[in-house]
Amino acid sequence: MRDVAVVGFAQRQMKELDGSPTCLEILVPILADLYEQTGWTKSDIDFWCSGSSDYLAGRSFSFVSAVDAIGTLPPVMESHVEMDAAWAMYEAWIKIQTGEVDSALVYGFGKSSAGILRRILALQLDPYTAQPLWPDTVSLAGIQAREGLEKGLWDEAAMASVVARSMSDAASNEWAIRRGATSVEDVLAQPLYADPLRRWDCAPVSDGAAGIVIAAGDKALQARQRPAWISGFEHRIEPIALNARSLTSSSSTAAAGVAAGTAGVDLVELHAPFSHQELILRSALGLADDVRVNPSGGALTANPMFTAGLNRIGEAAKAIWAGDSDKALAHATSGPVLQQNLVVTMEGR
Amino acid sequence: MKVEFDYTRSLGPVLSAFMSALKQHSVLGGVLADGRVVVPPPEYDPVTHAAITELVPVSDVGTVLSWSWVADPVSQQPLEVPFAFAQVLLDGADAPLLHAVSVASASDMATGMRVRVKWAEEPTGTIRDIAFFEAAGDDASDGSASMEFGAPEVTGIVSPVNLAYDYAASPEETKFFRGLAEGKLFGQRCPVCEKVYIPPRGACPVDGVPTAEEIELPDRGTLTTFCVVNVPFQGQTIPIPYVSAYVLLDGADIAFLHLILDIEAADVRMGMRVEAVWKPRDEWTTSLDNIKYFRPTGEPDADYDTYKHHL
Repeated sequence: MRDVAVVGFAQRQMKELDGSPTCLEILVPILADLYEQTGWTKSDIDFWCSGSSDYLAGRSFSFVSAVDAIGTLPPVMESHVEMDAAWAMYEAWIKIQTGEVDSALVYGFGKSSAGILRRILALQLDPYTAQPLWPDTVSLAGIQAREGLEKGLWDEAAMASVVARSMSDAASNEWAIRRGATSVEDVLAQPLYADPLRRWDCAPVSDGAAGIVIAAGDKALQARQRPAWISGFEHRIEPIALNARSLTSSSSTAAAGVAAGTAGVDLVELHAPFSHQELILRSALGLADDVRVNPSGGALTANPMFTAGLNRIGEAAKAIWAGDSDKALAHATSGPVLQQNLVVTMEGR
Repeated sequence: MKVEFDYTRSLGPVLSAFMSALKQHSVLGGVLADGRVVVPPPEYDPVTHAAITELVPVSDVGTVLSWSWVADPVSQQPLEVPFAFAQVLLDGADAPLLHAVSVASASDMATGMRVRVKWAEEPTGTIRDIAFFEAAGDDASDGSASMEFGAPEVTGIVSPVNLAYDYAASPEETKFFRGLAEGKLFGQRCPVCEKVYIPPRGACPVDGVPTAEEIELPDRGTLTTFCVVNVPFQGQTIPIPYVSAYVLLDGADIAFLHLILDIEAADVRMGMRVEAVWKPRDEWTTSLDNIKYFRPTGEPDADYDTYKHHL
């Protein structure tokens, strides 16, 4: 395997982007940020890969318009996934492993506020027996949360403590949408929104874009003194039928974690758009009690579709660059109620 | 903006039988290799991956295993008033079915409550034949209605999808569309390569930098390339044959597609000089449709060299 590291990360999130669904207005400055961080120009990037969805944009081939942000003369080598950009990064990492390229810029974007997000996401369900009922994301998460509550796997206080910690940690994250010092009591005082969930148990609808630069070996060392070297990169998926898997545990996260290797991890960034999902993920990964969880505030404080997973990788890499972590784990999820999960581990050397 | 489309999906043998049974007010479960009965029936066993071949009727009464309250239903959900989505374990099944439960308020919902299928008034051979579930009290199950064999089989479903989006125009798009409402055409120039784009795009696709400088362009230019439309299609409003062409406005570096009229299709040629024919001023909106079409100006054709880079 080639040694590949994360060397650049830039993000922009907001409640409502005053701009187009291709998010060009924020992608252009994000790419500029990444050039500045790495000291590179467009010609240093061998491969480009993005994550986005036409269902979110409400227009076909929206990712093609977003390519305008790159500037593609001379032509660039480019690909796209209809998934969180964390999976675009997986594709780029594989591309580097083939030896064909040495560097890649991965980006994602999504303007969730253009439509009704919880409804549009019903289109990712089984199209024969589930999607025609339009089960919205919040309802499915509510069913999952209640099952865990009634089985005694977690309680309201545990969910509230995830919310309180996330919002408090997000106080220092300039890109967080929902933030500020919050106590468990503050959370429990909120009314139920989608019984058994409170609004704060559900990530805010968020617009945004983000980009990451990865590179192999010496190329990575050119860009950053202490790159975040990727030591494990795995993803697993479970059946689409909601009655064919346990909703209160995550076997795909557990399997990806075992394959990627979680030993020695001191910090994790978990992509949990609902508070109880963080509890499921922590349990699936078997994290030790002293591991720091989501110091950025996590997806509960800003959940831009198609980049919230990539942001977890970027936040974990930042902690390594800064020397705050020696080995970090980032997680991304895709599909309904934690159907598909990706785990990447990174270390400073 | 509204996006509407119907997905027409064919069904395999398992879902054909399931949907056909629903149409006759009967619920079928699939029997897995380990003997468990699953509703809706999967097409393949999740463990052995063998095709599911045995389907058995289960009850239309069941028990709520978990639920979530939908205080604010979205369009096309089973109920327009607040309801619960629930995992319902039908009697005779071993895995729950996701569906709606109609009760007056969240306080009427409880895990473990007994619910019964409320069948839709008009059967469609889809999962929506179960309109929703409602409280069943402690009644014993009647079981599903028996199947009438020989009835026409449901082999496909149609899933209507309606999506609505609010589009915010970007600042440069706003300028462009507002200009159109005043009969003006605004493009933007790239600060690096100096190319002029109309409609403006926000970033130069060559250089990847924001395009800030605004340029007003004339409503005449050169036809770079074209096609003659001879094929009728749904929604066509212009009699065929007609010409659809790329028009490069004078001073612009990117051509846009528009309609060419006031000339026989056979006489249209590359390099032809054209000008906009606008709708009457009182019909103008913030749309490129304010220009009805382009027509020949009668000027001599442009030299090929002047537009060859734009083909």
